[in-house]
Amino acid sequence: MDYEIVIGLEVHIHLNTASKMFCGCSTKFGGQPNTQTCPVCLGLPGVLPVINEKAVVLAIKTALALNCKIARFTKFDRKHYFYPDLPKNFQISQYDKPLSYEGFLEIDVGSSVKKIGLTRIHLEEDAGKLIHREHGDSSMVDYNRTGIPLLEVVTEPDLRSPQEAYEFLVTLKNSVEYLDVSDCNMEEGSLRCDANISVRPLGQKTLGVKTEIKNMNSFKAVRLALEYESGRQIGLLGEGKEIVQETRLWDGALQATSSMRSKEEAHDYRYFPEPDLLPIVPDEMLIEETMRGLPEMPRRRRQRLIEIYELSEYDASILAREKKLADFFEETVREVNKPKIVVNWITGDLLGILNEKGLSLGDICFGPGDLAQILTMIGDGTLSGKQAKELLKEAVETKKRPADIVKQKGLSQITDEAAIEGAVDKVLSMNQKAAGDFKAGKEAALAFLVGQVMKETKGKASPAIVNQTLRKRLI
Amino acid sequence: MKKTNIDVVYVAKLARLALSAEEIERLGAQLNGIIDYVSELNEVDTSAVEPTSHVLPLKNVYREDKAGPSLPVDEVLKNAPSKEDGFFKVPKVIE
Amino acid sequence: MDELYSLTCGQIRKLYNSNKVSPAEVAESVLKRIDAVDGKIGALVNVNKDSIKSQLLSIKDKKNGAFYGIPVVIKDNICVKGEGTTCASLILKDFRPPYSATVIERLRQEGAVLIGKANMDEFAFGSSCETSCYGPTKNPWDLNRIPGGSSGGSAASVCADETIAALGSDTGGSIRQPASLCGVVGLKPTYGRVSRYGLIAFASSLDQIGPITKNIEDAAILMNVIAGYDPKDSTSAKIPVPDYTKSLVNDVKGLKIGIPKEYFVEGLDREVEAAVKEAIKKLESLGARCDEVSLPHTRYAVSAYYIIAPAEASSNLARFDGVRYGLRSRGPKAANQHLIDMYKETRAEGFGNEAKRRIILGTYVLSSGYYDAYYLKALKVRTKIKEDLDNVFKEFDCVLTPTSPTPAFKIGEKLNDPLSMYLSDIFTIPVNLAGIPAISMPCGFTAGGLPAGLQLMAKPFGEETLFKVAYTYEQNTQWHKRKPRL
Repeated sequence: MDYEIVIGLEVHIHLNTASKMFCGCSTKFGGQPNTQTCPVCLGLPGVLPVINEKAVVLAIKTALALNCKIARFTKFDRKHYFYPDLPKNFQISQYDKPLSYEGFLEIDVGSSVKKIGLTRIHLEEDAGKLIHREHGDSSMVDYNRTGIPLLEVVTEPDLRSPQEAYEFLVTLKNSVEYLDVSDCNMEEGSLRCDANISVRPLGQKTLGVKTEIKNMNSFKAVRLALEYESGRQIGLLGEGKEIVQETRLWDGALQATSSMRSKEEAHDYRYFPEPDLLPIVPDEMLIEETMRGLPEMPRRRRQRLIEIYELSEYDASILAREKKLADFFEETVREVNKPKIVVNWITGDLLGILNEKGLSLGDICFGPGDLAQILTMIGDGTLSGKQAKELLKEAVETKKRPADIVKQKGLSQITDEAAIEGAVDKVLSMNQKAAGDFKAGKEAALAFLVGQVMKETKGKASPAIVNQTLRKRLI
Repeated sequence: MKKTNIDVVYVAKLARLALSAEEIERLGAQLNGIIDYVSELNEVDTSAVEPTSHVLPLKNVYREDKAGPSLPVDEVLKNAPSKEDGFFKVPKVIE
Repeated sequence: MDELYSLTCGQIRKLYNSNKVSPAEVAESVLKRIDAVDGKIGALVNVNKDSIKSQLLSIKDKKNGAFYGIPVVIKDNICVKGEGTTCASLILKDFRPPYSATVIERLRQEGAVLIGKANMDEFAFGSSCETSCYGPTKNPWDLNRIPGGSSGGSAASVCADETIAALGSDTGGSIRQPASLCGVVGLKPTYGRVSRYGLIAFASSLDQIGPITKNIEDAAILMNVIAGYDPKDSTSAKIPVPDYTKSLVNDVKGLKIGIPKEYFVEGLDREVEAAVKEAIKKLESLGARCDEVSLPHTRYAVSAYYIIAPAEASSNLARFDGVRYGLRSRGPKAANQHLIDMYKETRAEGFGNEAKRRIILGTYVLSSGYYDAYYLKALKVRTKIKEDLDNVFKEFDCVLTPTSPTPAFKIGEKLNDPLSMYLSDIFTIPVNLAGIPAISMPCGFTAGGLPAGLQLMAKPFGEETLFKVAYTYEQNTQWHKRKPRL
């Protein structure tokens, strides 16, 4: 029996506002416990929430970029459940009149493009952090995160494989980064994902029984968890057993999902309109302005890079994965109009150095102008390719301008033929055997001799001219 | 009119309220009486009526996105029944 | 000097302006009075004896403050930083908020002296001040009777001259009804007129803080201090606050007053009815036009209220769970306690019967399967009740009714019959549902010497009309001058 996997995702994204959703506490990550709280986000008796305008603006921006309709009238509701990380024992969220609905995000599935429907995107407040101590009977609560604005993105059950789910998350993160509305950092908790998954015999229209999967800490974990769970469900059905509708937790160590031990009752959230907050009627002009001001999204950017710069799919994809990277590329090309060379330097050398050091583009001072400088120096012969690569590394590490480093270290490539001839003659006189080997037909001997000349000139001689000169001498 | 019979045990569970058997019985009787009384609202024709959640015709009430000072952590924890190392302490949550 | 405690805010201000007395003397007089009578009345749960000195020092530069040197009692559900704020509940027994309510900050800015915290029904759930964890407050007119609720302590303390003025809160009548039963003045402002920030919430869409005073002038002075937009309260209105003392004009000529027929039915005490009818005649003699009007959905107000209010209350009280503040159960299960047990036991130990009743009722009407039939339905009936009043105010300047269907009843009389207790709010509830302002003032006494009160309602932000009519009636009667014998 062939089965079809059906997946829907619920993604929570921290909006990068300076202050929380309903109070003025800072949203900075990593503070000492309970140092970024106030009576409002602690839910002390008598306090009242006030809506952060920027959160609404960022939410509308994201919804529009993800092709959603913006509600003409939207409001907040209270969602009730008891948990220590939820100070009021209700969360201010949105229930029946969310901020936006009926959007979509396009993802790559193999060589084709698939539209993944977005049921809704709404605003709510985050809860605190519960830390379970290894030993003892207590759990510890930190409310710094309580009240940080969250965007909840709910997909239609349009995903058909764990890989598609993975691709969706990568694409969503990419898109949200382009909008600059969130840091989207799963390690820091600014992006979280839960999944709903069911299976059904191929051709069946009705959906199978679904399970909810939680506790996946990375995109890879999401894919692994869904792979496991789909296998588990298919296995059960194959044995003639039934799937229980329940919530299951992913265990990264065991690489398996397990049922939550507490007895699973359907939550009765007792939603009702939040009386302390007034409804929102999004301003028409704001929506239009935001629409017009939307940045070019990753897919379009990728397309344009291919069309205008004749880059390969592969190269364009790498550049488009990070808006800053694509910007870096285009700005460099503006000064040094050699797209293919520039892209190789960026995706090969620059990214190589960053990956090695565990840095991102945002961490370094090295800019498009600096890369352009280096490439120009190769072009006019000032530097050899090898020198240029070393210069790039040094510029990134020391944060100095490449031109300054060249001046300081006198790195310029030696292109003066007379000077090189001197070095070549010296090397040949000391390496007569190798010279003889080359004359006898061993190409490798030439490489050896080139190396010797480079050593003699402390790496500064132009390898091309060295090569040329040696050959002339050894005919 | 159908006689109300509130499942007090279930509702108390939702509300995280422990009740004695006596309370369950007494509250059940009182609340059933109250619900029977308030069910008179069914006499009112509200088919063409919008609910009033807010009496004031206000909308779009916002605050500026500006980070300000938070409560000092010792003030935060001052009323805490149990605390440790800057955290609030609670009995372990069974997952 | 002994009788400084019996004066009004207006009278004391005159003495300050002519340097005849000092705030210290007034405070001392009030404190002595409290010592003398509060043992019998039980209006106050806390008296700020220790902080009075430092308060008097800090108001030295506030001589021009609108409430300079005036002692005021605060209902115990309004947060005062660093001071016990308990809502008369065991679950908040040792709670000291790290912040003050906006109204408290405004009072302090204007030089007020906070005398102490007033007793109340637990979490404002009640009409008799009997559900307090501290025990009931007695009505100064008859110590065997209730003072009304939930702001029973505030009303009793004003009535017994234990303070010059008080703040109460009103969700279904909790300022007006006790004011009526104690023969003092109580105003519930328009919803959104006074900031709710720092008022421990009962029903968020109905609650308002308001003044309880000895006369109309004092209520206007106190309103000037506490009213106004607060950015911390999204539901507070940006409408500017007029000088309410300018409405203290002895003139109602040509004013149209509506008398709703649905408020004069069976169940209304004969003597209260007679007193209110006399008041109507009085106002007519002063030039007002009093005509019968109809508020057809009045009879459904109590039902709508007792769905909406407990629903919101059950939500607002969910935060009391022993995690961050207040009581945490240390009972027999404590040693091996799981989280859920901690929640259940804490809430069972901390909440009184009425609180439990409302929490269960509220949770029920919001729960899945019942929301539409009860909560949503009640919100729609609320619209009809509001429409009734909006329609009347198109033609009338205000509406006049009795405040309470009966004078003060005996302690314990209605405690075991919640529905009967709920029905004592029948005249005050529609006001909260509609969000309009209303004031209660004394209009007579029963043969047994118990006060009767009349209620005036006006359209939203129509407090000026209320003050005008109320002041006129007061200036032409003597009820406000009578004091209980203690």
